[in-house]
Amino acid sequence: MHRPLIDIKGVRHAYQTQSGPLQVLDGLQLSVPDGGFSAVVGPSGCGKSTLTRLIAGLMKPDDGEVWLNGDLVTGPKSIVGMAFQNPVMLEWRTILQNVMLPLEIVSTNMSKREKEDRALHLLALVGLEGFEDKRPSELSGGMRQRASLCRAIVHKPEVLILDEPFAALDAFTREDLWQTMHAVKAEEPFTGVLITHDLREAIFLSDEVVVLSGRPARTQYVMEVHLKGPRDIEHLYTPKSADALNILRHQIQIAQGRAPAEEAAQ
Amino acid sequence: MSWKKVAVPVAALIIFGFFWELLVWVNGWPNYKMASPSDLWPAFWKFRWLFLEYGWDTFWRTVAGLVLAVLCGVFLGMIMGLSRIMRDALYPLLVGFNAIPKATVVPIIALLFVGQHDMNTILIAFLISFFPIAVSVSIGLSTLEPEYRDILASLGASRFTIFWKIALPKTLPEFFGALKVAVTLAFIGTNLMEIVEPHGRGLGHLFDSGKISADYPLMFAVLIALALMGILLYYVVVAIEKVFAGWAERAPT
Repeated sequence: MHRPLIDIKGVRHAYQTQSGPLQVLDGLQLSVPDGGFSAVVGPSGCGKSTLTRLIAGLMKPDDGEVWLNGDLVTGPKSIVGMAFQNPVMLEWRTILQNVMLPLEIVSTNMSKREKEDRALHLLALVGLEGFEDKRPSELSGGMRQRASLCRAIVHKPEVLILDEPFAALDAFTREDLWQTMHAVKAEEPFTGVLITHDLREAIFLSDEVVVLSGRPARTQYVMEVHLKGPRDIEHLYTPKSADALNILRHQIQIAQGRAPAEEAAQ
Repeated sequence: MSWKKVAVPVAALIIFGFFWELLVWVNGWPNYKMASPSDLWPAFWKFRWLFLEYGWDTFWRTVAGLVLAVLCGVFLGMIMGLSRIMRDALYPLLVGFNAIPKATVVPIIALLFVGQHDMNTILIAFLISFFPIAVSVSIGLSTLEPEYRDILASLGASRFTIFWKIALPKTLPEFFGALKVAVTLAFIGTNLMEIVEPHGRGLGHLFDSGKISADYPLMFAVLIALALMGILLYYVVVAIEKVFAGWAERAPT
């Protein structure tokens, strides 16, 4: 087995609160192979966002290790790209300038022209051709999220971290963006982690779904997704997908403490 | 930019003047009770050179005080916006200081720096107007959504880069909002010094001489001159805001 690109080993983390330490992660395991895309699901407030900050190197775990591409993460690395539920845009910049923002931080050997071409290429890829000179305030929520996705991958990050990027969108826009994700992945392969609350989204986008237990979160269940490569929405309505969704839903109930845990033994 | 943008406020001013004139005329008030707009023009004309000279004094002192307020206000706001400890430490001090009526500070300043009239006047203009700037900049910086920071921090950007590329421009609309308040406050400060500690310069002094010589139209004329300068400076700020923070303005729908 080749070395995983993202390897999280037994990570524990607690936040200091006024009523003492609050353990959010307790023995979390996650490994994503090169080119793999894992979805992480779990009950609300179980520490999923903490996980993204750990991978990005924005904070250090109390215990355990986070490895990216064979390197122990000790601080922020320019090899990650992030997109959040809130597609924060710099309102004073055009969409194109927003997308190019990471290229101003990460050192590249691209010329200004090449940077611009790359940003324009990505915008076209997500269906925002012709919007490059608009201000973010002129775009809808879905379009802003598309632009935010472009910004997350413009510097060709080795790891893409998506923290519930589609959660605030309406159902139809969300499904459009799922399709866009596959189109992007086909052209710009990346290794990624997707944090989500949506089990259908998890199955539709990822290769592997990781269920976290309730707080403190540990890895409770890992499911390999039966769908491979780019897929259509129809694939979500097959008996196999229904079975997978049922298993996941049941696992979430266990994580929430609403179903007995014995059945989880596997 | 259509002619309406200029015509509407000008028309409003004319209508306001008309009703003022009407009010005085209907009540038959003598001009020592309330001067009417028609009394003002003769007063302006009679003292036109003094208005120019003293108006310039008041104007440049106000602008100097304002510049000082911007520099110190932004600096304080930055410190408070970026550091929790400094915020906790400085807020009560600033609020307490701002609560002191500035009229009581005037004699203190005047005694501290006897005879330094220009500096004293600028100081009061500054002291009265830096507070809203400091508060708004600190609020703008401390309410920056964490995602903004994370986007750049995850790429290894330094704190300064994050401040320069995101925090600072994002705070500009709040800053200009506060600056508009500060402009009018600064005029109050300048005139406070000029009236309370008369030293023969500035529109405040002209007001004071009007009072002493019972020239009521002159006193009203000074007030109108101050109002006009306030409006002028306000629109200068609006113009600067358009250049630097025009993006915050939504297109009319």
